[in-house]
Amino acid sequence: MHSEITLAHANGAAKFPQAACISITESPEFSALLKQHKISGAEFQKIMEIKGRAPTLTELGVFSAMWSEHCSYKSSRIHLKRFPTTGKNVVVGPGENAGVVRLEGQMCIAFKMESHNHPSYIEPYQGASTGVGGILRDVFCMGARPFANLNCLRFGEKTHPRTPFLVPRAVKGIGDYGNCVGVPTVGGSISYDKSYNGNCLVNAMTLGLIRDDKIFKGFATGVGNLVVYVGSATGRDGIHGATMASDSFAGAAQGTSKTTIQVGDPFAEKLLLEATLEVLEKNLVIGIQDMGAAGLTSSSFEMAGRAENGVYFDLDRVPVRAQEMTAYEIMLSESQERMLMVIEPKKWPELKQVLQKWQLAHDIIGVVTNTGRMQVTRNGVLEIDLPVSPLTDDAPVYARPVAPPKEKTGESSLLKSLEQRLDLNFDFAAKTLTRALRETGSKHKIYEQFDRHIGTKSVLGPEHGGAAVMWIRSEETKQTPYLGVVIAAGCNERRVKNTPAIGAAEAVLKCVREITAAGGRPLAVTDCLNFGSAEDPNVMREFSDSVDGISEACRELDVPVVSGNVSLYNSTDGVSIHPTPMIGVVGRMDDIRKATPAVYTSNIEPAEIFLLTPKFLLKQNKVADHNNSPQTVSFVASLAAKLDGLECTEGSLAAVDWESERSAFQAMEALRGADLLIAVRSVGEGGAGLGVVKMLAEHLVLSPSINIQFQHATDFFGEGGARYLIILPPQFLQNAKSIVSKFGMELEAVAKIKFDKKNVVQTYFGEISAQALSVEFNSAQPIGGLG
Amino acid sequence: MSPQKDAASSLRVGVLQFPGSNCDADCVDALRRHFQIEATLVWHQDTKLPKLDAVIVPGGFSFGDYLRSGALAAHAPVMQDVKRFSEKGGAVLGICNGFQILVESKILPGILLHNLSQTFICKTVHLKDQSGNVLTMPIAHGEGRFYIDKKDLAALTDEGMIAYQYSSLAGEVDEASNPNGSVSNIAGIYSKNKKVLGMMPHPERATDVAMGGSKDGLVVLRNFIERI
Repeated sequence: MHSEITLAHANGAAKFPQAACISITESPEFSALLKQHKISGAEFQKIMEIKGRAPTLTELGVFSAMWSEHCSYKSSRIHLKRFPTTGKNVVVGPGENAGVVRLEGQMCIAFKMESHNHPSYIEPYQGASTGVGGILRDVFCMGARPFANLNCLRFGEKTHPRTPFLVPRAVKGIGDYGNCVGVPTVGGSISYDKSYNGNCLVNAMTLGLIRDDKIFKGFATGVGNLVVYVGSATGRDGIHGATMASDSFAGAAQGTSKTTIQVGDPFAEKLLLEATLEVLEKNLVIGIQDMGAAGLTSSSFEMAGRAENGVYFDLDRVPVRAQEMTAYEIMLSESQERMLMVIEPKKWPELKQVLQKWQLAHDIIGVVTNTGRMQVTRNGVLEIDLPVSPLTDDAPVYARPVAPPKEKTGESSLLKSLEQRLDLNFDFAAKTLTRALRETGSKHKIYEQFDRHIGTKSVLGPEHGGAAVMWIRSEETKQTPYLGVVIAAGCNERRVKNTPAIGAAEAVLKCVREITAAGGRPLAVTDCLNFGSAEDPNVMREFSDSVDGISEACRELDVPVVSGNVSLYNSTDGVSIHPTPMIGVVGRMDDIRKATPAVYTSNIEPAEIFLLTPKFLLKQNKVADHNNSPQTVSFVASLAAKLDGLECTEGSLAAVDWESERSAFQAMEALRGADLLIAVRSVGEGGAGLGVVKMLAEHLVLSPSINIQFQHATDFFGEGGARYLIILPPQFLQNAKSIVSKFGMELEAVAKIKFDKKNVVQTYFGEISAQALSVEFNSAQPIGGLG
Repeated sequence: MSPQKDAASSLRVGVLQFPGSNCDADCVDALRRHFQIEATLVWHQDTKLPKLDAVIVPGGFSFGDYLRSGALAAHAPVMQDVKRFSEKGGAVLGICNGFQILVESKILPGILLHNLSQTFICKTVHLKDQSGNVLTMPIAHGEGRFYIDKKDLAALTDEGMIAYQYSSLAGEVDEASNPNGSVSNIAGIYSKNKKVLGMMPHPERATDVAMGGSKDGLVVLRNFIERI
């Protein structure tokens, strides 16, 4: 343990001999050095101007990390500005560790989604677990206690050789980490598509509860205050993770860059969580930031930048777990479970006591200065001496070339043919249903590895097929004893690929529909924008359109974006992933006792399923008018088209009809107010017919008889439209019909289930064995060993 | 308020806290909401328990469950006094990791191995108690496969120490309803004097219909409190 550091130390250190500058030559070694650090020639010129001479190697590493896409958002910033980010419930908007939105009275929710794609493809177990760890720290370093985790996963085709390697390991990584820290994993989404064959996506989302007067931010305020290192000792793992995450894969690189992979220790995270919340509760800390991407570098620069101060570090004081670590390694390590705290010197003894109780490594490593510079010494040598702002607020911003909008393809003969075959070829239609179940069926092999109940707040989880519902009980919300938080996350990447602006808007809409179906009202949005290379103008067109689509949806639905993350360069050998703007929406409900699952839970009572549909849509389909009028139900980028091997670029999506979406929300709310709902499922991927089967799928094994009355392929497999599948007590049907009619909606009987052991699912394309469908449904995940 | 609850609310219950415990708050919350008991948190480094009527060893990943689940916690200073407490007839309830700790401390017999599936399993299960009642509540563990050799299993049975067995909803104790491969579907066991109960399922997570549809955990907690 070291004594305090004073400003005198910092002043003295500034006079230490400087580390050697890198030598600028015409040699291949020099250009390799820049390439390795992903610093362009122009960027190096800028470094020369900032520094006044060549940087030291450590400084070059710092520039590389801070100016990486991952840390600086240099290609995305100009677009992200277009998001609507304000609203009456917004307490903290984008730019902080997590966004904060007001739930009830003083009680708020801090939440964010973040990607950990590149590490997860190289080493899925550690990549996925440290992804969970990172987002947890973003939330609890603000002082919020995490109460729910979600994850959105995208993998290559199930038949691709790497997929069965990645899936079980990523799932185990997510589970082992969240389970140990003690935060329930309550939802998410998963899909498989060939565009992810060389680049999987692991996006993790955390929500925490926080009082509005207890929100901490990452400010290095108060000249002379101490900078304290807390958490696991620093090792050589994850060095330059941020730079790696800003690079695309080339075939040969896979598996060679394991030293850039961080290694997680959820037990250390649990201790860090408890210690952090305790020191924040006791007001021992002025500023705090987790050491995430680019570790000590980004946390210190960002905290100093926000407070417009300088910081001095003596790296000899940093707890390390490897011998002879250089300044370069210590500053750029992404060892996990670490925090940087800024404290008043008088609070040190009390802080130390808490950290000792939780058995965390800790030391004073620096002091806040008024120099506006980051000065770092190691072994008596000044390794870094840089002004702070050029690396943070004034980091480069690029307006990357954006390709002109793509011409709409309009009508597609291939989609038309698909529809005809599904209508006329009953074997093909039956096969499409079974394959749809196998493609998107039960996630139990995944979620049964996640502790979903710890914290005793979980009301609805992944087993209920829709949004997650959490029951918030606290002193602050005593007046609303059944207060709930409703959460949904996901994105249909095929629809985004087809028409990014509409597909991205639909991603927000999909989450809001799920929240509505469960019984909540949306409050705010987080996003995790996974795209291909920023240097590909077509990718930037997808990115820009997606931002516009999300913005439109947020304005139409009155839900601001409060936090988010961008992951670019998701491409391998020049092939970019489908644009995947993953959306997380958080909502509230007043009474969790009125929450409805998206599956039918009784396995005794027969039930009838109704489809809630806008009246005009009902008429429109009957006359089979599938032109580009709003709200058309169609096969564009549908699951049926995917299973038929069609590209998702066939045809084009119809614009969202926000008016009928809002009518559907109102109708749903009115039904809920009248206590008429048993189960509700929003119609999404695979259409209403697949929706019916999935609503009842857990019961297929019991050999029931199910009758699905849709007479046409479009009605059964078509996607789109403000439609919900609803189960309600039969005696209330007339009442329900008159309620929804006030909102321009109709309720139409579409299916029945009876538990009569007849083992048959009747459809317009014939009868199928319920047991056989059950097998397909339960074989959806490429995870073995779990029966 | 029932007289029974009044009697319960005066009970002094301690909930142990190890580094990595994570069901401590849930236990405290369940006792407060349903039994009006204000439990005391007891830190693992304390060498002596405060004056208590009962001890709960909660679930979690004590010391990260590195080495073996519960193995390190069993050697924490507080466990020596818990052992003395149980030997004097004190009531102890170990849930999940708490059960693992009680077994590693030799307060209860047997051992808990990795699930047969070699994966963590979180799901709702049914349990048959000694009177034949079937209770529904969740499990969430990676190492919950109870094992004991044949001779000791016979002793467990003879002494009436098998508290809960995994069963079907109808109460059949069969292989299909055994989630983790435990010997004889054992989900929880008593000590000889029935004062110590260790179980893998989580009663504190089934204390409201809103939480996954079951409040059968209250039956377990009430039985435990009544035995104090």
